[in-house]
This record gives sequence, structure tokens and C-alpha cells, in this order.
Amino acid sequence: MISDLFSMTVLVGILASGIRLATPYLYAAIGETFGQRSGVLNLGVEGQMLLGAFAAFYVALTTENLWLALLVAMFIGALMGLAMAFVTVNLHAEQGISGIGFYLFGLGLSDLLFQKLLGTVETVKGFSKLTFPVLTELPVVGTIFFSHNILVYLAFALIPVSWFVLNKTTLGLKIRAVGENPEAADSLGVSVAGVRYFTIILGGTLSGVAGASLSIALLNVFQQNMTSGLGFIAVALVYFGAWRPWGVLGGALLFSLVNSLQLWVQVLGIPIPSDIAVMMPYILTILVLVATVSRVRAPSALTRPFERSD
Amino acid sequence: MKNTQQENWTAKLIDVSLPILAALAALLVGAVMLFFLDVNPLEAYAALWDGAFGSKNSVAETLVKATPLLLVGLGICISFRGDVINIGGEGQMIVGAILGTLVGLNLGGLPGWLVIALALLAGFIGGALWGGIPGVLKAYFNVNEILSTVMMNAIAVQLMNFLLRGPMIDPAQAELASKIPQTARLMDAFRLPRWVPTRLHLGALIAVVLAVLVYILLWRTTIGYRIRAVGQNPDASRYAGIKVKNYIVLALVLSGAFAGLAGVIQVYGVNYRMITDGSASGFTGSAGFNGIVAALFGQLHPIGTIPASILFGALLVGANKMQRVVQVPSALVIALNGLVVVFVVSSEIWRKRRQRRRLAASGEDPPEIEEDQLEEASSGDGEVER
Repeated sequence: MISDLFSMTVLVGILASGIRLATPYLYAAIGETFGQRSGVLNLGVEGQMLLGAFAAFYVALTTENLWLALLVAMFIGALMGLAMAFVTVNLHAEQGISGIGFYLFGLGLSDLLFQKLLGTVETVKGFSKLTFPVLTELPVVGTIFFSHNILVYLAFALIPVSWFVLNKTTLGLKIRAVGENPEAADSLGVSVAGVRYFTIILGGTLSGVAGASLSIALLNVFQQNMTSGLGFIAVALVYFGAWRPWGVLGGALLFSLVNSLQLWVQVLGIPIPSDIAVMMPYILTILVLVATVSRVRAPSALTRPFERSD
Repeated sequence: MKNTQQENWTAKLIDVSLPILAALAALLVGAVMLFFLDVNPLEAYAALWDGAFGSKNSVAETLVKATPLLLVGLGICISFRGDVINIGGEGQMIVGAILGTLVGLNLGGLPGWLVIALALLAGFIGGALWGGIPGVLKAYFNVNEILSTVMMNAIAVQLMNFLLRGPMIDPAQAELASKIPQTARLMDAFRLPRWVPTRLHLGALIAVVLAVLVYILLWRTTIGYRIRAVGQNPDASRYAGIKVKNYIVLALVLSGAFAGLAGVIQVYGVNYRMITDGSASGFTGSAGFNGIVAALFGQLHPIGTIPASILFGALLVGANKMQRVVQVPSALVIALNGLVVVFVVSSEIWRKRRQRRRLAASGEDPPEIEEDQLEEASSGDGEVER
């Protein structure tokens, strides 16, 4: 049975679903990367994702307009980001703890709305798989790379775009300056508060998309606490990826491939208890954090509120 | 002199009332949410109050719910004072409960009081272990404890599911086709005494006694002083000769241990067995998270955490009644808890500002630790050790 794991179809399946499963991690972790590069740790990602997932699902169910659903999820995520920005930038609240507050808020509110507005688990017709002429028909490669829905491709496209923005634009320079040395950035006329508002709201928006990618593209259902820790893992991936978009991509792929492998191990009935198999990605995350974190340096001003000394 | 004393007193009063204002603000937002859900907020909150305090039995239920919150909250007081953010209460409760349950299931021949004592010890150790791992990872490998404790939660849930479906399953269930994932029931002699006819058990009293002990630990012993010193200013602590790494580990070990106790007391005082629905909250009732809320609300003071736990226990119990009477899902209370956390940490700014004004007005030197150093020290992103 173990040998089944190495058959072509299974390997293709593992890779294809690994790429698909990376989607929510990518959106959430890239959003978090922007926030942390500007010095703000947002631990409320999970709550933002849950509200985004619910909003998208509900709009998709009632209007059948998937793009509108996505837009609403982005809006809700942005609103959560706005609240987070106000609390951390203006009120200097401890970021780790207020993030947990926002997480609980999103967890409770999404559950509340789910029970009040839906009541039962329903399915929705989500974004369908794209087909590419010729490419999708290709053996192996077609299934692995050319059989996904639009949100999967957009997630991967986000990596080079955010790399470019962070490293090659004035905006990116400002973000990094604010995260490394807010005092210096401020003295050069950069609005520390403005930059942080921008990155936190952007992070919330992308977390909303991450949630929507689950509820209207990958799973096409909404359940209570359906993210089950995914948002926290996305935060871990930012550390893992050393605050760089390409590093985040590596982490997300590694994590989702292990996850996908674990799912296939269960499908094939390989005699590893499923509960133990589900543990693997989490243990892996810890091990990888141990291996990487001590080597790289976090943005200097991470979690430090900025106040002008006058 | 008299004047400053009076000012101090007013300052204290304001400090105490800030979290209460934060809670009221959260309830107000909750009222708006209820309004949009077409529910009369007054009616909903009346049902909530009645459910929590309406009868002797409901008060007892409130205290039963408050017990794990207080125990987890005590651990949070220790770790947060040491500037270690322990989000792993859920996992630590589970592992504590597993070890404690193993004691009860395997030591059938011993007297009840001894088994209970050993089980509590096992729970303490289980939680300490599950908290200690992230502690070592933070102190020696610079791994952010927020992330590692969240991962440890996920691992603990799977460990519980695996054990309750396999090695630890009730032999009676193993025979049946249903195979409900639960352990065998503990013997009657092993149960924590109850104030019949209510479900209030000895664990509540244990928790209150421990609150006093944690207060003594933090403010009357060298160990406690060092944990707080490391939390306030790790660099200064290192120059003063404190082994900072050891105290980071200790803060998480103790924090986990109290959560572990909460888990085992849940088994020996309430459920008399472990059972899983596959999720962490199915066993813990999210006490691992809500205990953080209670501790923050109690201003990270062990004694203040007692009334705070009762308040949040009341919210949880009252939410069930509210769900029955006005059909508002009890999840509303989780959202409100989140808001309370946000409001409490946001209100800190007023306290800090006033403190600074007072110092400036009195022309005194600031206290031993500078404001900006303090903020640096509280950055909590695993950068303590460079």
C-alpha cells in the first residue's frame, strides 16, 4: 500500500492538490508579510478569514455572483483591518493580544451569522476550474498546473507582484523603512501611521480573499470555525519565509504538500492513524521554525508602536 | 503627601474601572449586533443575566464554568507578566487531562483521595510539559511562542483524538459498532466532592486557593520577582545576573501547568471521563482562550482574575439561556469576549498616559524602567535573546 503512494496518478494528485491547498495560505501570509514588514504583527488573520469566508459564501449563495462575493469578502476583511489599524496604530494596543481579540471576534461573529442566517451546512457553486487550450490536456503537467480555478492562479501571481512592490517601488521602501526604523522614516517625512494603516488594511483585505478562497473556490461550503488554525499557520509562514514573498511561497508549498500527502495517505488507507497523519504539518511547522527563525532577523520595529517624541 | 495619596487612590480606582468600561462597551456593541439580528437587546441580556445568576443552580453552573477560566487565567498571569504570550492553554488542558485520566483509569486499587492527588499532579505535569516545549523553543531557538503554542494546540487535539479512538477508548465502546471516542468512566470514589444537588465541585475552591498562592509566588518570592523582571526588562535582568532563558522557560512551564490542572479538574469534577467531538473546544469549552480574556480583564493579577473568571463564566452560562429564550446563538458571547480583549488592551493607553503625566507633574524621575525600554521589552516577538 505504501508503494501506491509512488504511483504516477497518486503523485500527480498530491502535487495538484498541494498547489491548490497553498491558495489560502498564500493570500493570508502575503497580507501578513506586508503588515509585519511595516512593524505590525496581526494575529487576527484567522478571524478576518472566517468573516471573509462567511461573507463570500453568503453572498454567493444569495446572489450567485461570485465576483461580488469576493468583493464583499475583501471589504469585510478591510474593515477588520481598519479596526485593527486604529487599535494598534492610534491606541498603541499590544499587538499580539489585540490580534487574539480580533480572532475571537471573527470566530464568534461568523458562527453567529452562520447559525442565524443559514443554520445548516449548504454547498454553493464556487469558481470552477479553468481550462486552457492544449495545456490542460497535457498528461501530468496539465493536471498539476492547468486544472485550477482562477483564485489559485491569482494567489501565485501575488508572489512576484508583492516582491516587486516591496523591493522595487517607493511604497515598498517606505513600508520597509517604517518597519525597520520608524523614527528615521518619520524624520524623512514618511507618515508612519499612514503606511501602517495601508499595510494592515491590505492584510485584512487579503485575509478576506483567503477566507473566500476556501468557501467559494476550494471547499464551496461554510462551517463554524472552518479555517481551524489556518490563519495562525499563515502567520507562522511569514516567519518561515523570513518576511520575503518568495520565502513565503516556499513555506506555503511545503506546508500544503505535506498536508496533501497526509490526505492521500488517508485516502489510500495506509495504516497510519489519520489523527497522527493530521499532526504532521503542525510538527513540521515547529521544526521548520526552529531551523529557520534563529538565522533570520525580524523587522526591527515589529510589534513596537510608534510615537513621535516632541 | 496626603494629596498624592489621594491621587494614587483615584488612579487605582480609574485603573480598576477601565476594564469594566471596556466590558460595558463590548456589551453595547453586542446590543447593536442584537438589534440588527431583530432581537430586543434588553430582553436578550435579561435572559443572559437570569441564566447566569437566576437561581442557586445557575450560580453554581456559573462557578463551574468559571473554574477552568480561573485556572488557565492564573497561568496567563504568570506568563504574560514574564512577557511570554501563551496561547497554548487549549493544548495544555488536553494533555493535562490525558495524563490525569490515565492515572484514574490505571490505579483502581488506591484510595480515592490519593488517586485524585496523583491525578492533579499528573495534570500539572502534563500541562507543564506541553507549555515547556514552546518555552525551550523560545528561550533557546528564538521561536515565537505565540506560533509554537498554537501549533502545540493542534497537535494536542490530534493526540487526544488518536488516544480516545484507539489506545484509551472505553473497552465497552471498543466492542460496539458506534465506537464513541471516549474513555471509560472514572470510579465514583475518584470524583471531586460536589455540593449536591448542584454540580459545583471542589475544583472551584482549589482554584481560588491557587489564586492566592500565585499572588504570593509573583509578588512575595524571588522567583516571581525574577519572572516579572525578565518580563519588564530582559536586558537589565541579564545585567543583574538573572538567567533570562531559564525564567522564560519557567514562565511557560508554570503557565502550562495551571492549564493542565484546569483540564484534569474538568475530568475529575465535571465529566468523569474524556470524550472528544474531534475539536479542542469540544473538550475545553474554549477555556484555554477564554482564560486569557479573564486574566487580561483581571489586569493580569491573580486575585483580580477571580471576579473576572466569574464574570466570563456567567457570560458563558447565560449565553445558553439566551439562546433558548431569544434564539440568539451563544456564539455571540465568543464575539463579545473578543471585543472585551480588544477594548481592554486599547484602554491601556489612557493608563500609560496618565502615569506619564503624573510623573511629569511631580517632577520625579521615572521609575526604574524607562517607558520606551518597557515597550521594547513587551514586544514579545521572540527577540529577547539576541
